[in-house]
Order: sequence, then C-alpha cells, then structure tokens
Amino acid sequence: MSTEKHHISTYMSHGAVLVILLSLTALSVGMAELHLGAISVAVALLVASVKGTTVLTYFMHLKYESLFTKIMVAAVFLMYALVIIFLFFDYLFR
Amino acid sequence: MAEIKNIAPSEHHDYQGSKMGMWIFIFTELFLFGGLFLVYAVFRTQYSADFHKAAEETNTFIGTLNTIVLLISSMTVAMSITAIQSNNKGRAIRLLLVTIVLALIFMVNKYFEWGHKFELRLYPGSVVLTNLPKGELLFFGLYFMMTGLHALHVLVGMILLTVTIFRIKSGHVHSGNFSLIENSGLYWHLVDLIWIFLFPMMYLIT
Repeated sequence: MSTEKHHISTYMSHGAVLVILLSLTALSVGMAELHLGAISVAVALLVASVKGTTVLTYFMHLKYESLFTKIMVAAVFLMYALVIIFLFFDYLFR
Repeated sequence: MAEIKNIAPSEHHDYQGSKMGMWIFIFTELFLFGGLFLVYAVFRTQYSADFHKAAEETNTFIGTLNTIVLLISSMTVAMSITAIQSNNKGRAIRLLLVTIVLALIFMVNKYFEWGHKFELRLYPGSVVLTNLPKGELLFFGLYFMMTGLHALHVLVGMILLTVTIFRIKSGHVHSGNFSLIENSGLYWHLVDLIWIFLFPMMYLIT
C-alpha cells in the first residue's frame, strides 16, 4: 500500500488535452496542404514538438512528477538535441 | 526495535522506483527510434528530391486517420488511470477495452495501407523497389522499417493492456497499487509520442 499523495487528473482535463492535440493535428495537415516548401518541414516538426510536449506533460503526467524525474526527462531530450547538432556539424562541414 | 517490525510487512512495493524504471526503459526506446530519425534526417538532406517524390506515394488520409485513432486511445488510457485512482474498476476496464479496440483499428488501417503498397510491388527487396532511384529506395526502406517497428510496439502495447485488465480483475491492481496500469499507460503514450513524429516525417512532409 502506498501512503504517498497522488495527483488525480480529471476526465475533463484529459478531454481538453485531446481537443488540443486534435486541433494541432488539423493545423499540421492543413499547413501541409498549402505546400509551403522548405517552411513546411519546419512547421510540421514544430507542431509535432508541441504535440509531443503536450503528451509528455499531461498524458504522461510529467507536470505532477518529482523534480528529479522532470530533470531526467529533460536531460535525455537535451542529449538527443546535442546528438542532432553534432551529427549535422559533422555531416555538413566534413 | 519496534520500528523494524513495522517495516517488514508481507508485501513490498516501491511505487517511485517502479515508475523510474519505466521511464529509464522509455529513454532506451526513444534512442532506438531517435537513431532511425537521425538516419532519416541525413538521407533526407542528401536526397531531398527523391524523398519528396517517394513521400507523395504514402497515404496521407490513412496516416491522419491513424493519428486521430492513436490520440483518442491515449486519452482513454489516461482516463482509465483516473478511474482506477477513483476506485472505479469497471470503468477502468471498459476504458482499457476501448483503448485495445482503437489499437486494433490502427492495425487494420496499417494492414490496408501496407497491403496497397504490396499490390504496387512496393515491399523491401521487390524488383520495383530496388530499381527505384537510390533516395526513393532509402525512403521506402525507412518507411517500412520505422512504421513496422512502431506497429510492433502497438502489438506489445495491446498485450500489456490486456495483461493489465486481467490484473485489475484479479484484484492485484487497485486504487492503492496502480503501478502496472500507470506503467502500461506510459508505454502506450510512448507509442503515441513516436507516432506524433513519424506522422509528419512519413506522410505530411513531401
């Protein structure tokens, strides 16, 4: 039995998060239909990042987790960002 | 000495520890797909014209439909955790069943999507595919590899959620011990998270 206090999300809040995620999906599909060329890649990835952050924060409950867990997750994404940067440094300037 | 007696109950359960273990596992999964994202990024830069042409072959409608299906399933799984925490086992089980049905719909869509590709003789190792320009071949290789690996995760998620339903029914998972449903939920959200990035890469960006 756990005696720790847990944050319980409401059904309504989960519904609201879904509405946000579906709206963002509609936005990215709409933007892709406009065929904006190079900008469309950036827009699609930006929208995907916002959607991903929303899933991590609310559905995966990170907002209510311990600071340690938050730092751990942030560190992993930071590390991945650095991998991308170093990879393209190597690829573009070799 | 009385304290020692108190800390030796019949069942030991480390709530924080089990959740942290799940997160560490999720990190390894992120790097598994992350590696493939890097391969995609480099080849996309190298063969942008071929990738543009090949990406137009993928079915945006099915891709969008599956995105919506997975997002809704992510909500139902999150809601099932709310239900178990509020001591509503019946509702938790029903929500998990809805999630599994949605996962099944995702897989059926995938079957038709891939089936159509196979009809066009587009599958790894096919004569049509190997005769395509190098960049297009790479795109389809990554397409089958990444959506295939993701679909495998959907199947594993379905099994995990089924096991969770049985553990709720048998009374092992309840409002006082919900690590399993929370960790299965985290796994299912990971499947959704990966798809959120696969969707623009394979279906939207052309």
